[in-house]
Parts: sequence; structure tokens; C-alpha cells
Amino acid sequence: MRVALFIPCLSEHMFADSAMSMVKILDHLGIAIDYVEDQTCCGQPAFNSGYRKEIIPIAERFIKLFADHQYIVAPSGSCTAMVRVFYKELDIAAELKPALESLSRKIFEFSEFLVDVAGKTDIGGSFPHRVTYHDSCHLLRELGVKEQPRRLIRSIPDIDFVEMEKPDTCCGFGGTFSYKMAEVSLAMVARKCGYIEASGAEYVVGADSSCLMNIEGYLRKNNMRARALHIADLLAKSLNL
Amino acid sequence: MNLSPGNTKSYLHAALQNERLRVAVDKATQTALKKRQDKVDQIPVWEEMRWQAHAAKRDALEHLAENLETFEKNCQTNGIIVHWARDGEEARQIILRLMLEKNVKQVVKSKSLTTEELHLNHFLQDNGIETLETDLGEYIVQLLDQIPSHLTAPALHLTRVDVGKIFHEKLGVPYTEDPHELLQIARARLRQKFLAAEMGISGVNFAFADSGSFCVVENEANAFLTVSLPRIHLAVMGLEKLLPDQSGLGTFLKLLPISATGQKASSYVNFIGGPRRQRCGEGPEEVHVLILDNGRSRILADSQLRETLFCIRCGACLNVCPIYQQVGGHAYGWVYMGPIGITLIPQYLGSLEGRYAPFVSSLCGACHEICPVHINIPHHLLKLRHRIVDAGLSMKVEKWGIRGWAFLAKRPRLYRFVTWFPGKFQQLLPKETAFPAPGYFKKRALGRFDHTGFRNRYRTWRKKIISKG
Repeated sequence: MRVALFIPCLSEHMFADSAMSMVKILDHLGIAIDYVEDQTCCGQPAFNSGYRKEIIPIAERFIKLFADHQYIVAPSGSCTAMVRVFYKELDIAAELKPALESLSRKIFEFSEFLVDVAGKTDIGGSFPHRVTYHDSCHLLRELGVKEQPRRLIRSIPDIDFVEMEKPDTCCGFGGTFSYKMAEVSLAMVARKCGYIEASGAEYVVGADSSCLMNIEGYLRKNNMRARALHIADLLAKSLNL
Repeated sequence: MNLSPGNTKSYLHAALQNERLRVAVDKATQTALKKRQDKVDQIPVWEEMRWQAHAAKRDALEHLAENLETFEKNCQTNGIIVHWARDGEEARQIILRLMLEKNVKQVVKSKSLTTEELHLNHFLQDNGIETLETDLGEYIVQLLDQIPSHLTAPALHLTRVDVGKIFHEKLGVPYTEDPHELLQIARARLRQKFLAAEMGISGVNFAFADSGSFCVVENEANAFLTVSLPRIHLAVMGLEKLLPDQSGLGTFLKLLPISATGQKASSYVNFIGGPRRQRCGEGPEEVHVLILDNGRSRILADSQLRETLFCIRCGACLNVCPIYQQVGGHAYGWVYMGPIGITLIPQYLGSLEGRYAPFVSSLCGACHEICPVHINIPHHLLKLRHRIVDAGLSMKVEKWGIRGWAFLAKRPRLYRFVTWFPGKFQQLLPKETAFPAPGYFKKRALGRFDHTGFRNRYRTWRKKIISKG
């Protein structure tokens, strides 16, 4: 089994450690890794802000870049959803449509890939801490991934996993929404962090660095106890990779 | 109360400062959601019902033109007088003319969002016609000269303490916050008006082309009195409410109350099939239906966004919206609020006035997940955002920023160089300083850029792996 890495912007420039954790786990599980160095951004921030024309060439570039790979795996639900779900809404060149169709079937978010494709549900290791899980919106509602990350978390024998109240409530990030509607976004993350705090968890695990950046930003600034942890980081810590 | 969606940012700001409002809205929406979930859990075919309703609306709208003609013909057969209005102004003039002709001085109304679209109460009052809302929530917001803050619960933003004070101030009754007493106060006043009014105005939930009839769904029996006691009944109906027949109605009559208030069934479903008949001597002497377009046929013709007309106004998307829950309905600045509202605002009012509305969303999709007729609200919001940008209504700085970024994203070397820069630059800043994005940081820290970046880390790791063999 070979996978190509899709490293979204935030993972490249701010959360490279989490992306590296993903690499180490894939490697640990004996999955061969390709890294296409010429990848840039999938175009999601511009798309969500209403700019479609501008990202068509970027999407086309992405499709060509990854066309020949067996599987593509990303440490992000929302960037995966951008490629799998929303590229289809763009006026992509007709000759690339078959490649897009096939791409949308072979691109996966990391936890989804491990469970559904690689069939690895028993990672093991040790992480004796109380954790809770935040459903990121696009992962849950555009990709329908809910149980996969939870199965991976529960597979760590000594972990204390608790569900928070309303784990599927939006953290308020929403990309450019978080600065365009900064006040509303803050009110949303405040509420989310309240649920996290109430669960008594030391770590809130998620599959999207963007949500985790938003959540941890609020937790830190407001001296709350929990810390955010990418699911890849959790598994890597658990296995001591 | 004069609101405009163009001012939504200042309304949002004000709402977020209003702790009482936030508590009231949060409590009401959470209660409704919980009751809804309890009922949905008892219905194993809930998902199938949602798709059935979606298909029923889709089919009905596909044949709307023929259905409307059939509806008009059958209404006439039943003795219902049908009026057509292209827009709000035409609708108001038709209604006023009818009232002058029939010498109507007092009107009772049951809840109707479509008439809110027409600002009908103010218009009639300006023309010397007394108009009274008879739904309890509507009655309360009318006393305050406000518009409803929720599709099904107009006074959702108020607590019973608020209502007690409003009744005390506006009606001169002793203060009480006992819901039963408050209800009795309103009821006593409304009864007299029901008996005195010459006309009752209602909305329409579902209309049926094949029988020339329609129904009005409610819980307080005020609509029942509105459509049956006064001499004339006028129903104002958005043209998208029409179904070919009653075959899908059973599904809708489950989906609507469960989604709205978590009730298994509405307390009253009033079927109206014409005026009083010779044999049974009850009900109004005249029944009129005003079919309103007001932008709907434009949405109907728009294959990309037509789905937004499927809405049955249950309000579930408001209840579940993490933004609505904290700001209530007035922050959106129009009669339709919350997730479905922000899809309708730019479509009804135009891209300029509605240019902010589709951006009042984190695109989380909880609205789509809960919608009883499966409207994919977040996807429609994205299309609307696109149109607003296409119409040149986005900020210049954003437009050029995105163009610049798009230029770079096609050139990986240049992209890498430019995106490497902030990480390097941030290294020069004190440790707790994050990259500037105004507003974001008031109560949020932002992680620092990783100046090494994934690419370099990966290369190092790879080398190590290879050297290890």
C-alpha cells in the first residue's frame, strides 16, 4: 500500500509536527509514503470566501499533481472535503473531470484512511490521560466521518476517553469567518471550550489543525486546563514515535 | 422597528453584549432541540421522511405553473376569490383596496411570516385600519413594535419576566410573571377583538391544487378563530406553498411540528375549502387567497438555489445554529433569520443589501443536518458568496489579496519562498506575539508559525530513515 501525502497550508507552516506524526504512524504501520513537493494550497480559504474563478487553475493543478497516486491522505477533514466534495462544484476543464472523479474516491482524511482503507483499528500504545474528541464540521458533515477517530482513540488501552457535551458543535473557526466575524467566532469558541472544560479532559483531540488552533488559542489565553491534540499526535505519543 | 440586513454587523455586536438575550435564546433553543430529538428518536423512518418531503417539494415546484392554474380554477369553483401579487407593493394595494371596498376597520391576524415580508401591520395602521396579532408571541412583539425573532416562536428572545413587564407597561395590568395569568390577560383582550373584527388574515402552510383548498397549522386556536369568526377571511400565501394534492401532507404534518417545537402533532390543523355554505351556516362569508410572488419566481427559475424555496419555516435550523443560539433573530435584520434566512436575504433583497448575510455562518452544516426537507444550506451559502464576489461586492483588499495568493499558488517555488517569510519574521518577534489578524486575538492566542516547515522536516526524517537503512 502506498499513499501520497496531502499537506494543507496550516500543516505545512504552523503544525508541521502533527503532519510529521501522521508520517511516522503511516511508516510505523508499514505503509509506503510519497511526498509531492510541488503541492501548494487546495484553495479552500478562497473558495469559502466566494472566489471560484480564481481557484479553478489551482484545483486543476492539484488534480494533475495527484492523478497518478493510489491513495492520498491528509491530516485535515476540511481540506479533504474541499477536494472530494467541493472541487466538483467548480468549472474544471472537461478533460480533467475523470481524474477528479477518481481523485475524489481515493483522497482520505487520516483517521478515515487508517480505519476504512488500511483497516488499522488497533494502534495500541499507552496514553494514560483523560481525553475528549471534537468533531470538526466538514469531517463530520461533508465526509460523514464520526466513528473512525473515536475507534482509534479507544484502541489505546489505558486512555480515559470521555464524550463532552455536544461534541459536534462548531468551534467557531470557519476559516476567514474567524476574522471577518471575529466577535461571533469568539462567542462560539468560548462555548465550545466550556464544554471541553466541563468534560474534565486534559486533552481535546481533533482531526483538523485549524479547529485545534482556534480551540487551543482560546484555552491558553483564558488559562483553561485542557490542551488541543491532533489525532496523529495522540497516536504518535501513544506509540512513542 | 426598522431593521436592515446591511447593518447586521452592528446588530451582531449589540446582541453579543446582551447577556439577558443570550440566556433567553439559548435556553429556548436548547429546550426545543431536546424535545425534537426525543421525538425523532422514536421514528426510525425519520431520514426517509426527510427525503420524501424533499422529493415532494421538488416535484411540486417543477410543476408549479400548472399547479397554480389548477389551484386558482378549483378555488374559484369552491367560491374562494384568488388575487395575484407580483411584489410587496402590489400585495399591500390589493389588500387595502379590498378592505376599503368591504368597509373593514378592524383586523385580527394569525401568525404569518409572509405578511411580515409585506410589513403589513404598519401599512394598515398608517391607513387607519386597526390590526391585531393574535398568536401570543406575535401579540407580545407587536406590543413592543418589534418583528418576530424566530420563525415559529416570535417572542423567543423574551423571558416571562420580560413579558410580565411588557404587559404591565403596555396594558396597564398589575405585574405578574405567572405564564397562566399572562395568558389569561392576553386571551381576555384578544377575545373581544376576534368578535369585533370584520376581517381575519392568516398565512398558509400548505395549499392543494387539486382541491382548491389549503391548511393553516397552529397550536393556540387563534388561527382557527381568525379564519372562522370574522366576516371575511384573507389568506396570504407565498406561491411556493402549493402542493399538487394532499398525498404528501401526512409526512409534512409530522416533520413540521417535530422539527419546530418537538411536538408529535400540531394542536390544530385548519383546512379551508371555501366560504360558509348554505347548508352549514358557519364560517366567513368570503374567503380570499392572495398569492404572493415577491421574488419567489426568480428563485424558482434559478436551478442552483431553487431548493431554498423548499423551506417549510419550521425554525429547526435556527435552533441548532451555533450563531443564532447566541444572538437571536433580530441580529440578522430581516423577517427571515438564521441559516435559512441568510440564504433568502440576498435572494429577496438583492446582492447589495444582502452582501453580508451569507457570511454570517461558519459553514458548519448543522442546519443541513437538521433540516426536515433536506435543504443543503451551507452549499447554497457558498454559491451566494460566490455571486456576491462576482457582483464586485467583496472588499477590494480581499479581492487583490486572493488574486495575489492565486498567482503564487500556481508557482510552488515562489509560493514556498513567500510562505516561508512569515515564519522567519515571526522569529524576530517576542515569544507571545502572534501574527496580526485584528479582532481574532482579543481572547485567543494564535499558534506561532513553524519556520522550519513540513517540507524540511520531512526531508530530514527521510534522510534519517534512509541512513538507518
